[in-house]
Amino acid sequence: MEPKDLDSDDPVAWCPGCGNFGIQSALKTALARLGIPPRKLLLVSGIGQAAKMPHYVKANFFNGLHGRALPAAAAAKIANRELTVIVTTGDGDCYGEGGNHFIHGIRRNVDMTVIVHDNQVYGLTKGQASPTTERGTKTRIQPGGVILAPFPPLETALALGCGFVARGYAAEREHLAELILAGVRYKGFALIDVLQPCVSFNKLNTYAWYTQRVYKTGPEHDTSDKAAAMALAAQRERLPIGVLYSKPGPCYGELSGLDDRPPLADADIAGTDISAALSDFK
Amino acid sequence: MKEDISIRITGEAGQGIVSSGMMLCRMYKDSGRHVFAIQDYMSRIRGGHNFIQVRAAVKPVAAPRRLADIILALDKEAAQANKNALAPGGMLLLDAGRAGITELGPGWVDAPIYALAQEAGGPLYANSVALGILAALTCGDFEAAAAAAAREFSNKGQDAAAKNVKAARLGYDHASGKIKTSSFRLAAGAHDRRLLLAGNEALALGAVSAGCKFFSAYPMSPSTGIMDTLAGYAERYGHIVEQAEDEIAAVNMAVGASFAGVRAMTATSGGGFALMCEGLSLAAMTETPLVIAVVMRPGPATGFPTRTAQEDLEFALHAGHGEFARAVYTPGSPEECFLAARRAFNTADRFQAPALILSDQYLAESFTNIGSLETTADSPDRGRVPGPGAGPTTRRYEYSPDGVSPRLIPGRSDALAVADSDEHGPEGHITELAEVRIRMMEKRLRLKLAGLAKEVLPPTVVNPGARTMLCGFGSTLGVMREVCAASAGTGFLHYPQVWPFPTEATNAALKGAGRVLTVENNASGQLARLLRRETGTLVSGSVLKYDGRPFTADELAAALEGEK
Repeated sequence: MEPKDLDSDDPVAWCPGCGNFGIQSALKTALARLGIPPRKLLLVSGIGQAAKMPHYVKANFFNGLHGRALPAAAAAKIANRELTVIVTTGDGDCYGEGGNHFIHGIRRNVDMTVIVHDNQVYGLTKGQASPTTERGTKTRIQPGGVILAPFPPLETALALGCGFVARGYAAEREHLAELILAGVRYKGFALIDVLQPCVSFNKLNTYAWYTQRVYKTGPEHDTSDKAAAMALAAQRERLPIGVLYSKPGPCYGELSGLDDRPPLADADIAGTDISAALSDFK
Repeated sequence: MKEDISIRITGEAGQGIVSSGMMLCRMYKDSGRHVFAIQDYMSRIRGGHNFIQVRAAVKPVAAPRRLADIILALDKEAAQANKNALAPGGMLLLDAGRAGITELGPGWVDAPIYALAQEAGGPLYANSVALGILAALTCGDFEAAAAAAAREFSNKGQDAAAKNVKAARLGYDHASGKIKTSSFRLAAGAHDRRLLLAGNEALALGAVSAGCKFFSAYPMSPSTGIMDTLAGYAERYGHIVEQAEDEIAAVNMAVGASFAGVRAMTATSGGGFALMCEGLSLAAMTETPLVIAVVMRPGPATGFPTRTAQEDLEFALHAGHGEFARAVYTPGSPEECFLAARRAFNTADRFQAPALILSDQYLAESFTNIGSLETTADSPDRGRVPGPGAGPTTRRYEYSPDGVSPRLIPGRSDALAVADSDEHGPEGHITELAEVRIRMMEKRLRLKLAGLAKEVLPPTVVNPGARTMLCGFGSTLGVMREVCAASAGTGFLHYPQVWPFPTEATNAALKGAGRVLTVENNASGQLARLLRRETGTLVSGSVLKYDGRPFTADELAAALEGEK
């Protein structure tokens, strides 16, 4: 399978030079390497520029509401465990509007991969602060600079017990493809936060800015060491990319028993006999 | 001999009032009487004063009476708070010593409930002592009382069940010897309505029988009973009950599961439904089948969490931004709750549209005995789901004369299943084209609505041609039925479905009526407005009740008297 087998014929509506193109390329590369055919793939998104990704990859897709990709994705996987479920979301969609689902999605630990296009700004609404915007950044809405502390997604995910926490960079396509591949192979909620320049609205976190700060974690990093992962996630001057943490643990499908059964969506519901249940009410 | 008796058991939360009520219901039901029991409780875990009022009768009953013939008060506060609900000639039973009452009011009878409970094993058995007393006073059938007690505590082990039966025996013998009255003796009866069900339970069973495989909800009174019942059967029937982090997650989960091919549902009450509105709109836009049960309680905001209202009719009709077709079912009995669930799943699947079931606390949590449930009507019909051979050119949102497109399911064929909350073309991708927008609106709104209107459940019409015609939806069915049975000049229309509105059937049923009154558990007459809007029929007025309590038969009869 080649990445081009996953080409969609829907015209792309992203800005030229957008970091999303790098993520799109990495995603297709990873899926081709995994050999997952479009019919077995389900891309789920909310609203935002990242959320348009499902239209630009050949797959089943559910492009739902702003902030609500995670519950829809979790339930789709619960309904049919044979689908490979990947969420493409942004920092506003996942960490802002959908923050509660991010917390509980990690706790629920349904087997899916969550790729957060983290450009530290709101693009589609034209340049307001996002939950990950750095303090002091001036926007139209925050002309005196953002006074809220930025949301730390990786540390939050680690603290919540997320079993797979990684950070990628949109310009490091091959590296990102390998992160996505590892995330999809991980059985459980896999978070990949992707540093992504926004060429239209984020004049601070540019390609040049990232290139100066981003570095790849090396083999010396033990990905099963949570304290070490937390230390990497806490770095602010330099930005490590790679798998920060990966440790197997029981996921929803295993704990609920669903993984030992045929998919719920295959259930034959004709003639469900409830006479045994009715006798409880006699 | 009485034909009809009402017994109120009242005390604090945590004193086992519901359990006592259930035992009483089973005792009467299994000894040949019909029962109808309402629950009135406060939004707290312990304390306060709650009651369950059980009406037992020789003929079927489907509404509460205002006053109770016997009130069993488990503490002093309960006696004081409920004494005005005692019918003339009624008896208020209490353990005066335990309650710290030295002076008994008129009709009050002291019984050593707690001393007898102690003899049976401890104060926990007081409820069964009371059951025995009530059995002796009203039906003289100890076996039925013993069976009810054993059944209620069977899950607590044989010892507990035996002690409760002993407690019932002690109460029964005490009352037989010491409380000399036959004025509460209920005439014998016989029936074959063996199931004892509340609306929430019936609705959940309907969902199970319809093949619902995914239920997500956030607990909210008074809808939680649906989740409770479904959770109890999850293992046996293989469905998943997922407690969501909030109602927004609950509805988006239900939509996601439905998109992936299972029958999915959520349930909530007013405030939670408010949070679900965007998800409801999503289901409509993505044409994903969705069933939502909205079990109403009084608002605004948190309102009366444990009480009843029919305030969200207009909310349910209009909930969700944008314009789209929906069905709104308004069952009025446990039987109708069961059928509404089965019908709603079929409607949602066949029209790929949201189906709402509007219930309320009174219907959801009142128990009554019913015959069999109709398990063959509305057999599961998944609608237009293409087989595995569907080719890759099959379009998910293809235009069609009835507005319904091939429902592609991810993983089922090479035709990819897509959904978008943005406006989209037939292939499911985002569009901004005006002409596509118009055709999609026609499809989602007008064409589907026309199809839904063809199969709307007709109103139940009783005494057509009567001078006064009452109109109600949902839980007022029972009380209208009872009042109309006692008054030849009054008939009624009950709507088990209010949307699409059955205009022609309404016009036919109301033709020639002298006056048309709506009966509603709300303050503004929402059904009256709907009737005027959809039929042009002159509605003379409305009997409205908005104190958080259900209509009693006495109240409605008196209100109609006053309207004359």
